Amino acid sequence: MSTRKWGAALIGAAALAVAGLAPAAQPLKIGFVYVSPVGDAGWTYQHDLARRALEKQYGDKIVTKYVENVPEGADAERVIRELAASGHELVFTTSFGYMNPTIKVAKSFPKVLFEHATGYKRAKNVGTYNARFYEGRYLAGIVAGKMSKSGTAGYVAAFPIPEVLQGINAFTRGMRSVNPKAQVRVVWVNSWYDPGREREAAMALISQGADVLMQHTDSTAPVQAAEEKGVYAIGYHSDMSKYGPKAHLTASTHDWTGFYGKLVGEALAGKAQPTNIWGGIRDGMVKMAPYNPAVPQDVRDLVAKAAADIAAGRLHPFGGPVKDQGGKERVPAGKFMPDDQLAVMDYYVEGVQGQLPKK
Amino acid sequence: MTDALVPILAATLAAGTPLVFAALGELVVEKSGVLNLGVEGMMLCGALAGFAATVASGSAAVGALAGLAAGAAAALVFALLTLTLQANQVAAGLALSIFGVGLSAFAGKPFESVALPAPQPFALPALADLPLVGPVLFAQPPLVYLSWALFGLVSWFLYRTRPGLVLRAVGESPAVAHAIGYPVIGIRYLATLFGGAMAGVGGAYLSVSYTPMWAENMTAGRGWIALALVVFATWRPGRVLAGAYLFGGVTIAQFFAQGAGAAVASQLLSSLPYLATIGVLVLISRNPNVIRLNAPVSLGQSYHPDA
Repeated sequence: MSTRKWGAALIGAAALAVAGLAPAAQPLKIGFVYVSPVGDAGWTYQHDLARRALEKQYGDKIVTKYVENVPEGADAERVIRELAASGHELVFTTSFGYMNPTIKVAKSFPKVLFEHATGYKRAKNVGTYNARFYEGRYLAGIVAGKMSKSGTAGYVAAFPIPEVLQGINAFTRGMRSVNPKAQVRVVWVNSWYDPGREREAAMALISQGADVLMQHTDSTAPVQAAEEKGVYAIGYHSDMSKYGPKAHLTASTHDWTGFYGKLVGEALAGKAQPTNIWGGIRDGMVKMAPYNPAVPQDVRDLVAKAAADIAAGRLHPFGGPVKDQGGKERVPAGKFMPDDQLAVMDYYVEGVQGQLPKK
Repeated sequence: MTDALVPILAATLAAGTPLVFAALGELVVEKSGVLNLGVEGMMLCGALAGFAATVASGSAAVGALAGLAAGAAAALVFALLTLTLQANQVAAGLALSIFGVGLSAFAGKPFESVALPAPQPFALPALADLPLVGPVLFAQPPLVYLSWALFGLVSWFLYRTRPGLVLRAVGESPAVAHAIGYPVIGIRYLATLFGGAMAGVGGAYLSVSYTPMWAENMTAGRGWIALALVVFATWRPGRVLAGAYLFGGVTIAQFFAQGAGAAVASQLLSSLPYLATIGVLVLISRNPNVIRLNAPVSLGQSYHPDA
């Protein structure tokens, strides 16, 4: 695949040189490090979609290479170092746990630009990028609030870290924006990926009255469980509709195509700088998947309006007043929650049932 | 109360079933004196083969048979290495696990994007209408009923038949069994293949019936739990069954507790299945004589008739 293109590009360049024409520029080599297999849905799949879009957009001006299923840790450093040492001028490391290896390797390769997803450490040649996933969760909450008959949604969650809590809270606030009495039940499976456990958690939530499921785990098992039990589900990361044609209402997805495309364009022009981006709906990084026919037009319009308001800055999923479960006001009316508070979120908002696991 | 219990108990049986298959199979293997640590790998091979066959044929029964065959094929590799070529069983078993994870991931690539329809439970007529026990016991997928049949079969075979006695004798003292004239290696081959086949069915249950999909490493460690169950259950089929359902039950119960809003750390709840299973099985097997009586003496040791 990419090696073959590389070879073709070399032969092409050689042919041009022999013909006495101006020598073609070397293609820009771009490396990607993935934490899981590419698969057919999920976090890594979304990054690979964007990588494939790059190849299409820039053709033989670039060569991309990816290494999948790289564990976060010592192996990651080796893989990142190899990519940098083999002439890749732009390296995307797409998982939080690659943060320290990326910073470490970057010191040895000052001419290579590293871009690390979801981290917070930056350097002269290391940028970070992340998406405001919670904006998509808020929109998903609106869909859930409108489609739920019982007013109870179930949330299959992985680990109680700020990013997951932002999602649960934004979803709950979205749901309660259209149904003030709505409740969200949360079950933690303490794993990003375990289809069996995700299914069991989904089944428990369904039999406790949840008729819309949302997930913050990586497998499609919750959507399948919803399909089996005849309730609704909203996917995450990717469009999961084929795993639950009747159940899958939509999905909260992320799209890196625009970001990668822009940065690579700058790199080709020799103007790329390390980024510090936390993009949302406005930047096209957060999107909703196509709707199930069961979702009526007025709900779609409502979501579209909320999305436009969020993009324009008129609406914020954590716009005050934001009260936590205990009734304590976290954001006063008329204010938006600042990013530094979002980044350390460690509580449930009103409307989430049960207590947050203690650290 | 009944309404709340039914989904928990029914889910418990469904969650424990892959462990029942894999652990009962491994029990027979270990009773013959062979320690096959490759259960996780064999389950994954069975899960992939079962899924692929179900997609191709449209029949879950064909899928279960394919899982059985794939598990047995993986076990055959192990048997060749350890029984014929006398390789170390621990090392070969670990290698089989790692190999199974990798092979199934590699061969399973084209199946990652395939979806199967959700299977409908097979309700036994009349029995399923009984209050409480009906929906819990008799409205399950077919493989759950088969796992009970397997339990009956293994218990009867090991303790009530002559070939079962011979198999246990081989596990106790292969030299003596050989001296009396039994084909030790042949018996161990059969036991190992049976264990692999059952692990394969357990894997196929996951990919065809429980979560109808194929995903890399989808067994998520259940093979290792099955291995531990056999030891903690002191190689007794009844205890293996109880341990598998206990593990499944506590897993399910803690999800229900979380959904109901229990104020306990979810990390602690997640570790409960392991703690409860270990706790109970340690309690019932605290008498060292029970372990000594039931543990196959030659477990994990290579045997060669000419040595």
